[in-house]
Amino acid sequence: MNINLDVDVTEKENETTLHLKGEIDAYTAPLLKEKLLPLTAKQDHHIIVDLAEVSYMDSTGLGVFISALKSTKEHDAQLKLVNLQERVHRLFKITSLDTIITIETTVRGGN
Amino acid sequence: MESVALDLDNYRKLLKEYLLTHDETALYQAEQLSKLSVQHNVSPEEIIHVHIKALKELYPELPEEVNDSLNFLLEAMISYGLALQEYQHLREKQSALESEISVAANMQKTLLSTKKPEIPGLDIGAISVPANRMNGDYYHFIYDNDHTLGIALADVIGKGIPAALAMSMIKYSMDSFPEDLRQPSRILENLNRVVERNVDPSMFITMFYGLYNPKDQTFSYASAGHEPGFYYHKETDHYSEIEAKGLVLGATNNATYDQEVTQIEAGDCIILLTDGVTECHLGDRFIERDEVLDVIKRYMHLPAQEAVEHVYKHFERLQDFHLRDDFTLIIIRKDV
Repeated sequence: MNINLDVDVTEKENETTLHLKGEIDAYTAPLLKEKLLPLTAKQDHHIIVDLAEVSYMDSTGLGVFISALKSTKEHDAQLKLVNLQERVHRLFKITSLDTIITIETTVRGGN
Repeated sequence: MESVALDLDNYRKLLKEYLLTHDETALYQAEQLSKLSVQHNVSPEEIIHVHIKALKELYPELPEEVNDSLNFLLEAMISYGLALQEYQHLREKQSALESEISVAANMQKTLLSTKKPEIPGLDIGAISVPANRMNGDYYHFIYDNDHTLGIALADVIGKGIPAALAMSMIKYSMDSFPEDLRQPSRILENLNRVVERNVDPSMFITMFYGLYNPKDQTFSYASAGHEPGFYYHKETDHYSEIEAKGLVLGATNNATYDQEVTQIEAGDCIILLTDGVTECHLGDRFIERDEVLDVIKRYMHLPAQEAVEHVYKHFERLQDFHLRDDFTLIIIRKDV
């Protein structure tokens, strides 16, 4: 079991992409929060989170995205999640968080 | 504890006796002295120190190497004594924390305790097992004077003490709603505002609320992003998902919830669960929802309480089973 999370950051002008790899749970969520939250506090900034290589996420991960979303609203920033695996996407659907967080629809199957 | 000085005269006497006679009684007394030293917080270097002093008094002409080696030992034992002190301090701290957590866990049990109501015509079973000491899942039955039965099932994100505290908040807000406001959608709308205002931005709660009305035998329900339960139709012998869409509590301040209603026939069952059930690990693989339903089906012929306990035991028995999250399962069957 991969219990680590790698966060790879690509910066462009006004846009940051986070490529995540691994699992997002109670142990790795603080790392994600530490990388993601400061970006959401930048005025008009665009943040893309690529979850293609995230095989597992629990509710702690959802919590990080909720607080990121709240912060983007305060700072007129934009948050978008892309390439979610089926299992991860299901979490956003069950919790209806897909109705308030922008999720790009190309969904890859889980493994 | 106050540390007391070791009795040098006594020690010297024992040492001398032993060196001269090799008498077991002296050895035994030294043993007692050493036990007493622990009780009185006498440090190990203190004992070495007394030993050196006594030895020098008995043999003033010790060879220099022996003398030096004893001082060497003394230095080494000073570090040992410090490390030991630190270790004991941590152990005391840990046991204080342990007992505080156990007080909190007991308090949670009392605060959040719910009585499974005895209702003619309904067979109810419920089990809730925390992954750790404190439970972040919560279920509650509200049997009102008008004979309606409210069923609340909630799962706080995260585990441990913060989750348990958030649960207490939910319970007390729920208790404070007037009876005429106890419609599932209204309850969730109100709780959503309470949660949004009062918890950390990264915290949220998923919740299912159902209301059974025995007069017209209807079950009304609404869900705030909670793991869908299952509905068993006796007539068609078919299981379906209890679908209700709604945002988790605490994500926005103005969420609204759709309320669904279904007619319950004799023999039908309502099965509610938290995602601790579907997030059970088996080695490095997850137990899928279908598998969970298969296990539930296997025990559905039993009375509801026995069924929920068997389902939990089934997963608990599996090799490599690892409860990653709190586990809660409720089965409500309308008697034939």
